[in-house]
Amino acid sequence: MSTEIDRQWTTRLRRRVEGKLPPEKMLPDTQPAYVASWIYVFGVTTLAALAVVIGTGCILAIRGPQWWHQSSYGHFVNSLHLWSVEIFFFAMVVHLWGKYFMAAWRGGRSLTWMTGVVLFLTSIATAFTGYVSQTNFDSQWISTQAKDGINATGAGAYFNVLNLGQMLMWHIVLLPLVAVALTALHVVLVRVKGVVPPFEEAAKAEVSA
Amino acid sequence: MRVFLHLAALVPLDHLGHYIHWHWIYLSVANFIVICLMVVTFVAALLLPFPGRRSRKENR
Repeated sequence: MSTEIDRQWTTRLRRRVEGKLPPEKMLPDTQPAYVASWIYVFGVTTLAALAVVIGTGCILAIRGPQWWHQSSYGHFVNSLHLWSVEIFFFAMVVHLWGKYFMAAWRGGRSLTWMTGVVLFLTSIATAFTGYVSQTNFDSQWISTQAKDGINATGAGAYFNVLNLGQMLMWHIVLLPLVAVALTALHVVLVRVKGVVPPFEEAAKAEVSA
Repeated sequence: MRVFLHLAALVPLDHLGHYIHWHWIYLSVANFIVICLMVVTFVAALLLPFPGRRSRKENR
């Protein structure tokens, strides 16, 4: 017989989370032997680069454009922000290729794959709004070139690349919120379903089952 | 600081960039180099042995 405590939503949610993702699955002590390959390194490289992107982005947000244009320390943090983005995309593309050729959507992992796809597109939009928010000639050039393309899609009325305030808000508030939420979901899904096995390991498991 | 200025002078930045144009493909040489580096990294990640892989297999 279920008690009142059993019926309350916090109890039901906790039990559901514990069932789907027990602590030993969330932070496992060991990984399967096939994970000992360089191709499995690029997901966490992307995460590490994202942490640097967010950290340096926070410093840039606190100090402001005059600081990042005119002081040596500002130039340094600005460069760290740019180069961590370069490493972020570099590692993410190699991660994407690796997972594509492994068909990483196998074994009920389609949602993991799709969150990765949407995350990739969100990251491109975040980087684009960053490039047009630099407040220099480069950002002016990019935004004046991009406006025709955006206007041709019909989105220009809502997403005006010449509006610096709007682009900056997309870059530092809206898109990072989406990117971080999707990253968290992507990582949790990887932990729930586990790392996708190579084809031969999956075939062996199927035969022995 | 002077060293960095000399290093920067090795890459001329005061002229138009170089581009690769082949049918519908049009991209800068800089982007092409990055794509080549990604391909090299991808192949190396598949072929290079991972440290400790043998001992992990033995312990399995």
